[in-house]
Amino acid sequence: MDNLKVVGKKIPKIDAPLKATGAALYIQDVKIPGMLHGKILYSQYPHARIIKLDTSKAEKLPGVRAVVTAKDMPPNFRIGIMKDNPPLKSGKVLSIRDEIAAVAATTPEIAEEALSLIEVEYEELPGIFDPLEAMKEGAMLIHEEAKSNILKMPWRLICGDVEKAKQESAYIVEDTFSTQWVTHCCLGTSGCVAHFDMHNNLTMYSNTQIPSLAQNDFVEALNAFGLKNRRVRIIQAVIGGGFGSKLDTYAYEYIAILLALKTRKPVKIIFTREEEFFATSPRQCTITKISHGCDKDGRLTFRDVEMVLDNGAYTSWGATTPSVMMLPISSLYKVPNVRYIAKCVYTNNTYCQAMRGYGNPQATFAIESSLDQLAEKAGIDPLELRRINANEPGEITPQRFKITSCGMKECIEEVYKRLNWKEKRGKDNGRGVGMASLIHVGGGARVYKSDGCGTIIKMDDFGKVDVFTGASDIGQGSDTVIAQIVAEVIGIPIEDVNVINNDTDICPWDVGVHASRTTFVAGNAALGAARKIREQILEAAGKILDEDPADLDIKDGMVFSTKNKEKSTPLGKALRKIHYTLGGKMLMAEYFYDPANENFDKEFKGNLSVSYAYGAHGVEVEVDRETGKVKILNYVAAHDVGKAINPLLLEGQIYGGGLQGIGYALGEKMVYQNGRLMNGNFLDYKIPTAKDVPPIQPVIVETDEKDGPFGAKGIGEPGLVPTAPAIANAIYDAIGVRIKDLPITPEKILAALKAKDK
Amino acid sequence: MKTVKVTINVNNEKIKLQVKPYETLLETLRERLALTGAKEACSLGSCGSCTVLLNGTPVRSCLILTPEVDGASITTIEGLKEDGKLHPLQEAFMEKGAVQCGFCTSGMIMTAKGLLNRNKKPSRAEIIKSISSNICRCTGYKKIVEAVEEASKKMA
Ligand code: FES
Ligand code: FES
Repeated sequence: MDNLKVVGKKIPKIDAPLKATGAALYIQDVKIPGMLHGKILYSQYPHARIIKLDTSKAEKLPGVRAVVTAKDMPPNFRIGIMKDNPPLKSGKVLSIRDEIAAVAATTPEIAEEALSLIEVEYEELPGIFDPLEAMKEGAMLIHEEAKSNILKMPWRLICGDVEKAKQESAYIVEDTFSTQWVTHCCLGTSGCVAHFDMHNNLTMYSNTQIPSLAQNDFVEALNAFGLKNRRVRIIQAVIGGGFGSKLDTYAYEYIAILLALKTRKPVKIIFTREEEFFATSPRQCTITKISHGCDKDGRLTFRDVEMVLDNGAYTSWGATTPSVMMLPISSLYKVPNVRYIAKCVYTNNTYCQAMRGYGNPQATFAIESSLDQLAEKAGIDPLELRRINANEPGEITPQRFKITSCGMKECIEEVYKRLNWKEKRGKDNGRGVGMASLIHVGGGARVYKSDGCGTIIKMDDFGKVDVFTGASDIGQGSDTVIAQIVAEVIGIPIEDVNVINNDTDICPWDVGVHASRTTFVAGNAALGAARKIREQILEAAGKILDEDPADLDIKDGMVFSTKNKEKSTPLGKALRKIHYTLGGKMLMAEYFYDPANENFDKEFKGNLSVSYAYGAHGVEVEVDRETGKVKILNYVAAHDVGKAINPLLLEGQIYGGGLQGIGYALGEKMVYQNGRLMNGNFLDYKIPTAKDVPPIQPVIVETDEKDGPFGAKGIGEPGLVPTAPAIANAIYDAIGVRIKDLPITPEKILAALKAKDK
Repeated sequence: MKTVKVTINVNNEKIKLQVKPYETLLETLRERLALTGAKEACSLGSCGSCTVLLNGTPVRSCLILTPEVDGASITTIEGLKEDGKLHPLQEAFMEKGAVQCGFCTSGMIMTAKGLLNRNKKPSRAEIIKSISSNICRCTGYKKIVEAVEEASKKMA
């Protein structure tokens, strides 16, 4: 491992030149001859009956090529994980983002104008916007055909005996915590171009995070349209940010397909920023009742969690985030007895989706805030309480996660040291420190039938390599990591590696860029393929150089004998010899890596990931008692990443994730009033800018994960998981008030201070 | 449809155009001149990804109507190269890891270029102030600030 040439180095992203010159083509930049522009008409009410829908005027507008409504969609076609969402709605609308009609026209302006000519009359209906209301016996049903507003999803995890543990605990705390809607705010808005060929095969230009699963979804859609046995090709443009927002397929994509089918032209739909705010799916808000206990020495005895999630009107992956919330709930620190029951509830609000962390930030906010309360009750320093209960390598957790590498203790010690914990804590001077830890999947996550990724490697005639991977790069830099791994294994400079990742016609299958899995899973797939191709090269070069392949090595693109340095050949020359010979061949290799992790069993137990990522964040804050403003003075983000394949990009994930976490903790909130978004723009929904960046110290802890490529684990999501509770805990240390409802705004702090003084 | 004649100098090339009276500079650049480096991420002047230089000063091209800038000089990210070489800002953004998804990158670089045009040696605080007009959701800004610092050092 010591003489690594490419892996472990701060190598700039291989796609940075394209992006720094403005040459990268995003979905917004895709143009196809004859292309039309699609626009969608949304409901004006969060809950209403459509009395009249008249598109005749819109159809007559010059330049309009098609107007579609629900009656143009196959009658029973539904999307969403519970198949509850018709891409175009008729009869009733259930949320403010319900799509009721769409237009394709020769220019975006004409399409827009046509929308304004569509006449709709509604009968407004009372809505339910509070999940607790929606859960009540006899509440109006959002989906009339369902028996209850509570989704039929049995989120229920029981490990050990919580009731008994409660009896035996020396200290117990209980409280309720809640979190808000926040949205991804990818700078590149959603969009696609749908294009049929003469045989009704579909090409979809897309910025999806799940090309293979999207392909599957669209094949199903074509079947529903009566186009059986057609091919679907997904071509991804450069993706302007993902963060989980593009983990599903959405109504707009099916609408584009329908419009393309009707007009026989390519149809492009690009969201405006306004649409991106109200018509995409945010991170769900949660209400969490949590109780924790420990014995007199501070050892955790149980964790008991009940949660309600506002699912909104339809289902997407957001409804499955409790499956990942279980991970910290059962296994963050050693807790022998665990109970977790979650209910996702239909309301007339916007429906929710995955967002970086997949439920983990909400769960960890409750857990880590509650642990501080427990530490106080037990009279133990909160960091010490975490030391006592820290996870360790070799542990099997109550949910049956097999912990391999684990740097949690090291991360906690880094926080202790770098924050100057002992000095700074408990000063009661308006300044305080707090911390929180994290566990996340770090070696894939088997949430689908396969957690795999394929890679194909092809050598050209010049010693250069084409790598076809299923893995999508959403900006995090997975292409670069894959190129590093391939270059390292074969023994060539990274400049000689070309990564192709954006076309389902040529790239192998991958489940998608989620669960911080790409470095681990796609990295292992690339590693496997690179080893195979190296073997082939050495084998063939052995014949050319008349040497035993076992005595050959490759460095900087030269194949040479380790015994006799005279015997060598440039890789390209060797490849040409192999190729241009009677009976010659081109060297190619493929590898499909599917990690040895497990789907949960019926009780939601099983080893979800091959390895787990750990970390601890520590924060020092100063709180102004007059204004309620929180200033972060120091922020330590320590992460166990197994091995840093590229420290430059890794830091980028920690800085970027950390700042998203700070936004989540201290300011971001989608304000919904009776189902309507009140702050759907960048002026009113404030995401952090350069002025809001505190001093963040990323600390990389390497634990050499045995199953990871070169020892690496995932880091895409962990950066924002423990941020909010670490800040909340620091605020408590500073001024003695605990904010239990995110985001922590100055108003809430002032109100809490006032209540405390009473 | 009524159109307006304008002459603008884009990346050192004089261009005559007929544009819609309400056409934004961003639309002219992207749709008419195929200069798609400037990005539209809000069209309300609130994100900065459409930033270009107007007579050397950074502006939000989504807020400017092309007829208003008749006779002016526009520089976009595509025109930043000098003597066929990338601008030090471009180099620094690449090397310092200031680029992730890249959607904000053109706007950030052009904003920074505007800053360096008026202030060759900006302090860290001045850099932060200047780029805080632009939104980046990916990087956490740290490496963007470092990249601008690095470029200004190299250009000194
Ligand atoms: S697109 Fe111009 S400022 Fe956002
Ligand atoms: S790099 Fe993605 S928005 Fe800045």
